[in-house]
Amino acid sequence: MITIVSAGLFTTVQDAGRWGFQAYGVPVAGAMDRYAYNLANILAGNPPGTACLEMTVTGDTIRFETDAYIAICGADMQPALDGKAAATWSAFPVTAGSTLSCGYAVRGCRTYLAVRGGIDVPVVLGSRSTYTRAAIGGLEGRKLKVGDKLAIGNSGPSDSRPLHLPGEYKPAAVSGEITLRVLPGPQQDHFTMAGIETLFSSPYTITDEADRMGCRLEGLKIEHADKADIVSDALPQGAIQVPGHGMPIIMMADRQTTGGYTKIGTVIGPDLALLAQAKPGDTVRLKRCSDEEAVAVLRKERELYEAASAWRASALSREQGPVRRFTMTVNGQSYDIEVREV
Amino acid sequence: MDEIRFLDAGEQGLVVEFGARIDPGINRRVHNAATLIAAARIPGILEVVPTYRSLLIYFDPLAISRRQLAESVRLLLEDTGGEAQTVTARVVEIPVAYGGEHGPDLAFVASHTGLSPEEVVAIHTSVPYLVYMLGFTPGFPYLGGMSERIAAPRLEQPRTAIPGGSVGIAGTQTGIYPVASPGGWRIIGRTPVKLFAPGAADPFLFAAGDYLQFKAVSAADYAAIAEQVASGVYEPVVRSATDKGGDAR
Repeated sequence: MITIVSAGLFTTVQDAGRWGFQAYGVPVAGAMDRYAYNLANILAGNPPGTACLEMTVTGDTIRFETDAYIAICGADMQPALDGKAAATWSAFPVTAGSTLSCGYAVRGCRTYLAVRGGIDVPVVLGSRSTYTRAAIGGLEGRKLKVGDKLAIGNSGPSDSRPLHLPGEYKPAAVSGEITLRVLPGPQQDHFTMAGIETLFSSPYTITDEADRMGCRLEGLKIEHADKADIVSDALPQGAIQVPGHGMPIIMMADRQTTGGYTKIGTVIGPDLALLAQAKPGDTVRLKRCSDEEAVAVLRKERELYEAASAWRASALSREQGPVRRFTMTVNGQSYDIEVREV
Repeated sequence: MDEIRFLDAGEQGLVVEFGARIDPGINRRVHNAATLIAAARIPGILEVVPTYRSLLIYFDPLAISRRQLAESVRLLLEDTGGEAQTVTARVVEIPVAYGGEHGPDLAFVASHTGLSPEEVVAIHTSVPYLVYMLGFTPGFPYLGGMSERIAAPRLEQPRTAIPGGSVGIAGTQTGIYPVASPGGWRIIGRTPVKLFAPGAADPFLFAAGDYLQFKAVSAADYAAIAEQVASGVYEPVVRSATDKGGDAR
């Protein structure tokens, strides 16, 4: 069990999202920065899709009522355990009664706190993700507040050693400018050549209207060839809608399932993590990319998860002393045996 | 017949577009295709979202390439002629208490259209409406086929909170707010029936491709149904589309 001692600006329970119900109008939701979310689970030793806390701009102060093993990834909210600075992109044990405090995000915008075993809230339509607009998932479908208590799932024995993720798995340092790769479509033919050129050649600024649903950008007006409205169709995450005013809106995790504005392109999935960590006032540049390039980037992202999982396993086994492996045959059945000192 | 177009919607999205209009025939092709694709169990497909006139197929490009997926879908639609074997469209009856506290804008719609409130209700309940798609909020049905005779403009100042179950009119559209939300539609009635019940075994009353038939009920009937809904014993009246009556939309 954990208790929220002081609440951050907007903290919710999120997992890999509520897939399978978009045909019924239910948004996917899920972690905004899936890279930091996935790495937090990998570090904590959780299976993919385990529910974490997503903290936005300012973090919470959390008391652990039981021993736990936690990982913190994403924006640097200057976490401290019982007053002593704790590292991000790291996992470590905490003892019952200790307090983790997170402050203002000095770099980035969103931080994921994974607890070994996961945040155990009821599964709604296949997911624990909070979708506040329909008040479903998470804790009563809302952001967390002071006094909330959240159960931790069962996970078997926890690891006891701290782990620090090597630099090669950490995203590049956050600056005030990001470049997002965009696959044109599905309605690029609703724009003039000049309009498409504007999108890919001029910088845009993130406005104050940037939340889990979408991120509004401001800059040069994008010219439509014809009307800005279409007969509503489905809206993937990363879709860049351009309404009549010509300013792009990038659709994020809590986006509605369908929409009626023209979509000039779609930000590729792996790059949305950068946008999830950007803040109002930051500059966004949009760069055209091909389907082949987008798939290659996705493959690289998946390979990084596998490599990080393998790194974790080997880091833990190294710290547990020498390992002996041999094969043994019993009743004609072959077994791989691993013996380590504990 | 409109040509099918395959469009890109990010590296995980393939749009299969059957046309650019709101049209019952195009929408039927969309739902047929969704049924066929679901039945074909093409590996790598994550989710299929049918809309007015297109499908968005979410897929894992590391499991199936965009080209392979488009080719599979094209062959599937060609082989079957685009017709699903069993299309069992349902007509779901929605009891509505019109006017009064449940429908504060019924009087406005009546005066705006030059009809009596009774005539507005009679027209609103006269035909089943096709559920073209669901979207906006969980369980929200996009309905087609409302008579222009009862069309009414949106509120100039949207209400900040409309109760769940409210039945509204905006232009020639009609619909039901499944959950409480802000909104600018003219509210003419309310149904006690839940369109979205997240905890239930079957959380959604409607699926795209269904028909919805409004039925006027008295305030007393409304209260009785509301009680049944609250205690979990309410069963909506459902009939098959073959006996849905005069409207073949």
